Amino acid sequence: MKDNDRKMDEKKFRQVSRRELLKLTPVLALGAFALPKFQEGLLKKGLGFSDWASARMFRSGHLATTFDNSDLTPFTKFPINGYDVDDPGVIFENWTLTVSGAVQKPGEYTLAQVQALPRYRQNTRHVCVEGWDVIGRFGGARLSDFLQLIGADPAARYITVNCADDYYESLDMATALHPQTLLCYEMYERPLTREHGAPLRLSIPTKVGYKQAKYLTDLKVTHVLDRVGYWEDQGYSWFYGL
Amino acid sequence: MSGSAIEIIQSRGKDEEPIVVAHAVYEHPFIVRLCHWINTVALFVMVGSGLQIFRAFPSFGAKIPQKDLLHWPKAFAIGGWLGGALQWHLTFMWIYLGTGILYLGYQLFSGNYKQVLFVPRDIPGVWPMVKHYFFFGPKPPVREAYNPLQKQAYTSAIGLGVLSVLTGFAVWKPIQFSWLAWMMGGFHYARIWHFAVMWAILFFVLGHLVMVILHGWNNFLSMLTGWKKDPEY
Repeated sequence: MKDNDRKMDEKKFRQVSRRELLKLTPVLALGAFALPKFQEGLLKKGLGFSDWASARMFRSGHLATTFDNSDLTPFTKFPINGYDVDDPGVIFENWTLTVSGAVQKPGEYTLAQVQALPRYRQNTRHVCVEGWDVIGRFGGARLSDFLQLIGADPAARYITVNCADDYYESLDMATALHPQTLLCYEMYERPLTREHGAPLRLSIPTKVGYKQAKYLTDLKVTHVLDRVGYWEDQGYSWFYGL
Repeated sequence: MSGSAIEIIQSRGKDEEPIVVAHAVYEHPFIVRLCHWINTVALFVMVGSGLQIFRAFPSFGAKIPQKDLLHWPKAFAIGGWLGGALQWHLTFMWIYLGTGILYLGYQLFSGNYKQVLFVPRDIPGVWPMVKHYFFFGPKPPVREAYNPLQKQAYTSAIGLGVLSVLTGFAVWKPIQFSWLAWMMGGFHYARIWHFAVMWAILFFVLGHLVMVILHGWNNFLSMLTGWKKDPEY
């Protein structure tokens, strides 16, 4: 630096300092998050971006870690989480899964039809949005096998489900076709109990707990989502892949 | 421009020589200041919403039976409920990550990291600074913007920032980033690490704030204008 550059007039210094300070004004844009008018919209955008990024991070062929039987959480210590009642009173004899939407064979499917598909048993971690986690043994048919059985349109983007307790959920097709995504009818090698979602629930080790709907009654394959999910409608993330 | 001191002069009419009223150093480049203040807001939101998320299950043990570690007051949390807090957390994490990447990239490519990076030759200078700050020892001579103890603190804080992101991804995506979760002992332990790193960062922030107050107005102003008036070196 030349000697001349090393001197600055007092006024000039104040001017330069002020200019440097003003350069930081973009930081004030963050204040929009504090304004009630913008807050909800901005947070919705942020959550939407996270879901978008999550969908891109999801790898169809990447499996969730499976565990030894010795790592299992005892069945009695596997939490029961329902949004409404632990037992919505499904009458098992009359139960069918109503299939609709972009499928070749819509209609009523019995539990026997689901159980006739190859059965998979896996010890996987169940992670709750609240932060706790347990390792459980889940058994059932691959959802991908069932989608083949009903002739689901492979170009469809979503699966939506309704439940006996009026809970509802939806899944992206990539997760639905994941080999560890099960239509689950047993836990710990025993028939699913009522509190855990009998007769049929979703077990999706690559998703957080609230995506794994219990007491399924309806399954729809669709190109457009008309309903997203119960907790999503309260403000939770839709994709929430682990 | 950073690093070398200039003289601030006062003109005194045509014939008289201007007098030097102060010295100043351009200490903090624009990108560093920008990242510092955005990150201040982002960190505030991440900690506040993180604590609200923690409130949903304030434990690191089993769900059944649940033994709570501490009941963090709702008044010192952001988001109102778990879902709201997750919205804040999952929004501001991108801002936090973005400023982190911008900061590290800038420091690396501009060479400005030398101002802050703690290197082996700083080690001998740490103890004299500790003695000065905590045990009324003599003040070691000031030769550059940051003394060895400061460099150690800032370098650690940047390391903690990186760890907060890595542990966060292990909690958020324990399957897609299974190698990260594995390094931390699985999802369950990743959540503990994430929480511990937050407290370490808060400990740094506390020390940082105390030091900012002790070092006075000119020092504080330098993080806003970039210019530090009458530096000690």
